[in-house]
Order: sequence, then structure tokens, then C-alpha cells
Amino acid sequence: MAIGWYLAVSAIVFAIGAGGVMTRRNPLVILLCLELMLNAANLALIAFSRMHGNGDGQVFAIIVMVVAACEVTVGLGVIVAMHRRGVPIDVDELRELHG
Amino acid sequence: MAEVLFFIAGLGAIAGAIGVVSLRNAFYSVLALVCHLLSLAALFLLLRAQFVAAAQVIVYAGAVMVLYVFVVSYVSEPFVGGVGPDRSRFARLTGYAFAALLAAELMIAILGSGLQAIDGDGAQYDPGFGTPGEIGKLLLTKFLFVFEAASFLLLMAAVGAVVLARRRGGVVEDADVPVLSVMDIIRDENAGSMAESVHAGGPRNTTGLERRDS
Repeated sequence: MAIGWYLAVSAIVFAIGAGGVMTRRNPLVILLCLELMLNAANLALIAFSRMHGNGDGQVFAIIVMVVAACEVTVGLGVIVAMHRRGVPIDVDELRELHG
Repeated sequence: MAEVLFFIAGLGAIAGAIGVVSLRNAFYSVLALVCHLLSLAALFLLLRAQFVAAAQVIVYAGAVMVLYVFVVSYVSEPFVGGVGPDRSRFARLTGYAFAALLAAELMIAILGSGLQAIDGDGAQYDPGFGTPGEIGKLLLTKFLFVFEAASFLLLMAAVGAVVLARRRGGVVEDADVPVLSVMDIIRDENAGSMAESVHAGGPRNTTGLERRDS
């Protein structure tokens, strides 16, 4: 398959993730949509790595996975803290940052 | 063969992405994301990235998704799923229109790209391309600093998550709840021990569990 097809899939998934971030209100689902966008970027990185026959893009993709794991850990920690305090789990209701 | 696999995996990836965005229940969204990640791992395999595909399945579809499932079931009270009334129709339509515009723009960028190699199947590669050995060699030579920074970032995220999600105000000590020790279970009954005289008020309960009601 030509590399362009992989890039097309990556673009579609990225756009779907962006649409989800803008339309959903549940922070858990917003985190999932961020994962979608990061994975779309990963697919593009690996497609370009294959295009050049060079492994650097794959290392970049692995680092992106590490960053995504960190983001998920901290984001889910924030959601659990919100749940403990009885704050509604809804991004439209969250207007203040102070504890 | 590669074409058939590509279309199956690509359609699976796009269907999983649509499922994540459109399903109302957050639990089903997580399951749709697992489907998306597995399809993406198949695409990585088609692109000769064996190690990244394996890491995707183990780290993402395995560990990270388990974390999601636990948090969704921990938080799942009336909030998860339909979070009250949804956004207004105008806001939703604006969001989808923006997403469609983004997709159109990216497609134009791909189609109008001057890169000749985009239409090809990719360059020649070494026999070890994408194997764990090759990736490990790159990580520990050329990208050593990045590797160390990533490990430090993981450490910071773990500490941060513990600090964020910890119980505030310390452990509540409740004096009324008796602490059950091992000796309460293995001690002989009616042996005239001191513990029996302490609990002389009522019939002695060997398990000690029902005592919290009295």
C-alpha cells in the first residue's frame, strides 16, 4: 500500500478525535479523544519512518506513547480527586481551579 | 494480501474512533478505543514496525486501558454516560463542522504534497528495520537523553498521580470499631484469659466481626 493511504487514515482519526474533544462533556471521554489524536500522530510518524526506511520515527512514536501514558495517569488522578470531592464530572461545570 | 489487511485494519481503526466519540456510555467508549488500538497495531505491523506494534498492544491496549476501565467503574455514578443534557445543538454542529474542515485540510495537504515518496511503498530498509534490537540500539545510543528524560517523566507522573488522588485529611481513627487481632481467632474459648474478662459483658464471639454493632 502507498504511504499516502496510511496518512489518510491518520488524518481521519485525528479529525474524529478533535471533533470529540470539542463536543463531549465528560472528561473521561475527552481524555479518550486525546488518545485518539496522539495515536493518529503515531500512525503518521511510523508511516513516514517506513517511507524513509529509517528507525528514528519509531523511536519518536515510542516516546509519544510514554508521554500519553503520563498524561493519562495525571488526568485520571485529577478525575478521581474530583470524584472524591463530589465535584460534578463535567467540564462545563468546572470553572474554578482552587481546591 | 497487504491491501486487504490494510482496509480491514483501517476501517477498524476509523470505526473504533467513531465509536469512542459517539457512544454515550464511557465504558463502551473505552472498549471502542481498545478496538481502535488493536487495529492500529495491525497497521503498524503492515508498516514493518514490529516492536512498536507489540508495545502498542501490551502498554496501550493492555495497561493503560485497564487503568481507564478501573477509573470508569470507580467514578461511574449518575455522571458517566449521559452527563446531564448534552451541549446545545449549535455548539455540537460547530464542533463537527470544525472537525470536518480539519479533515478536509489534512486531505488537501496530503494530496497536494510535493513528496514523491508518498505514492510509493516506502524506501528500501535494512533487514533489522523495526526489530526490538534495532530500536533498543537507537534508544541507547542516538536517543539516550530522550530515553532518560522519558523515564524521569514517567516517575514524575506516577508521583503526581499519587499526590492528586490521595485521601486528604489522613486516616479517620474510629475508637468504637474494635480491631480484630489474630489472637482473637486462635485463642481458646472459656480459658479464663484476660481478654475474656474484658469482653465479659456479652457472649464472646470468636470472629469478633459482629461486635461492631453492639
